[in-house]
Amino acid sequence: MSGTVSGAREVRDAIAAGRVSAVEVCRHALDRIASVNPALNAFNLVDADRALARAAAIDAERAAGETLGPLAGVPVAIKDNLCVRGMRTTASSRILDTFVPPYDATVISLLEQAGAVIVGKTNCDEFAMGSSTENSAYGPVKNPWALDRAPGGSSGGSAAAVAASCVPLALGSDTGGSIRQPAAFCGVTGLKPTYGRVSRYGLLAFASSLDQIGPMTRSVGDAALALSVMARPDPMDSTCSREAVPDFLAALTGNAAGVRVGVPRAFVSDGVDDSVRGAFDAALDVLRNAGAVLVDIELPYAKYAIPVYYLVCTAEASSNLARYDGVKYGHRSPAPDAGIRAMYSKSRDEGFGPEVKRRIMLGTYVLSAGYYDAFYLKAQQVRTLLRQDYARAFESVDLVAMPTTPTPPFRLGEKTADPLQMYLADIFTVSVNLAGLPGISIPCGFVDQPRAGGADRLPIGLQLIGRMFDEATVLRVADVYERATNWGQQVPPL
Amino acid sequence: MPPSLTIADVERIAALAHLELTDEEKQVFTKQLADILAYAEQLQAIDTTAVAATAHVNAHEAERDDDLRPSLRVADALANAPDPAPDAGLFRVPRVIG
Repeated sequence: MSGTVSGAREVRDAIAAGRVSAVEVCRHALDRIASVNPALNAFNLVDADRALARAAAIDAERAAGETLGPLAGVPVAIKDNLCVRGMRTTASSRILDTFVPPYDATVISLLEQAGAVIVGKTNCDEFAMGSSTENSAYGPVKNPWALDRAPGGSSGGSAAAVAASCVPLALGSDTGGSIRQPAAFCGVTGLKPTYGRVSRYGLLAFASSLDQIGPMTRSVGDAALALSVMARPDPMDSTCSREAVPDFLAALTGNAAGVRVGVPRAFVSDGVDDSVRGAFDAALDVLRNAGAVLVDIELPYAKYAIPVYYLVCTAEASSNLARYDGVKYGHRSPAPDAGIRAMYSKSRDEGFGPEVKRRIMLGTYVLSAGYYDAFYLKAQQVRTLLRQDYARAFESVDLVAMPTTPTPPFRLGEKTADPLQMYLADIFTVSVNLAGLPGISIPCGFVDQPRAGGADRLPIGLQLIGRMFDEATVLRVADVYERATNWGQQVPPL
Repeated sequence: MPPSLTIADVERIAALAHLELTDEEKQVFTKQLADILAYAEQLQAIDTTAVAATAHVNAHEAERDDDLRPSLRVADALANAPDPAPDAGLFRVPRVIG
């Protein structure tokens, strides 16, 4: 393929029209990964043979005159916490260093049925716990825009792979911002669908009332296409919705006239970097010029979202991660046999990294006798108040707009010593998961940060949040913004 | 409400969580968990009288028909085990009693 910024639909159309073969597209992606991944560390695993065989099968289907799927021949990267049968899946944790899933996640089956070609697994924070990918057992991912900065997390590898034009589509998972925040930091589009919109069967569970899988792409249209492929009811996931799934691409009408966009002015006034505030205000002007109606709203409990989130998600994580015990899969300590309890605790101590241990400890504490009511129950009650904030807002608006992050990408190592500082970076994303809403981050500008010998151009993200199951409006307005600006077509200087 | 977190608290939680922490980890976690819990204290100021708890945001019934369907073969289920006993179709573990 000529040009390095081809989107999923361009790739698919070029293959369908015979301008390029799926194998050529696949080789191009593999070559690009081989050239940039040593600098980025975005991939935990690349399976070239499997990908080329899949691509050849697509070419054979086309040659036979068969109808091609909506993602036929599109190279896709998968966050390494999603099971692909026969492909090592680690969640970037030592405890799963050798785990080879015996089954496909439902989203993997759906993508492959649509013709997607999976090229490999992307690096992430261990078990998706983090905001910088620095918690990976395989080393941090580097931000393609500035290699000494974090790509965001936890889906940092997926974001970097898309930003660096390795693939036009990657999957991430988002528990408190893990798709949207790295999308913002890497200058790509990241969509967290409504809780329950996409099946999580085959996603290594972190916090089950919050986790959701979504696409990371170079354009809103590609995200809409990917969601249309992935959103299906699934008997294998009891939380997966049976809501009707609209044609999300058809929803991109280019018209935002009369759409009411709520802006929580008080909530976004504190602790926001000037560069982010400037880009956000300019983005609001673009929406207004496109005919959207800006409405000031209040989300009085949003400021409590961080403590609520870190009590709820750690409680759920401590339960979900109890399954890693060195019995059925994963690391077992080689220490001499001292009984099963010692085997459990030694295996877990050796297998889990510091942030995962910290969250298991915090979650175990808040669920333990004497602290349950004061912490866990209290957090669940404030979660209700937060949901009511959004419900009230959505009585008068169609969308809520916020910056995705309070700052541009921070430096690797800048926040690792103080977990609480890292958690505070999630202030604008976690409330969306707590309320189960769909949210998207799209590129809305850049800030130049001086460094020795020049300046780094750092991306900034705009977040749009919708009503439950109204991804269509989120995508439509994001697409209107993208058409007016096109920040997402800019590529990092790799 | 705990006035502060002690090493003994951390050891008790680690035992509940089946984590064997090093002395250094215990020291670090004692401070970090105390910081995070102190930050979370701000929730105590919110009046949540008669506010229902949100455990999840599912909008639908989670039940499905209890149909028989294919599941993993035993060999596949054992393939990732650190110490499988494939002939018996079991996971082998260290002694449980004594």
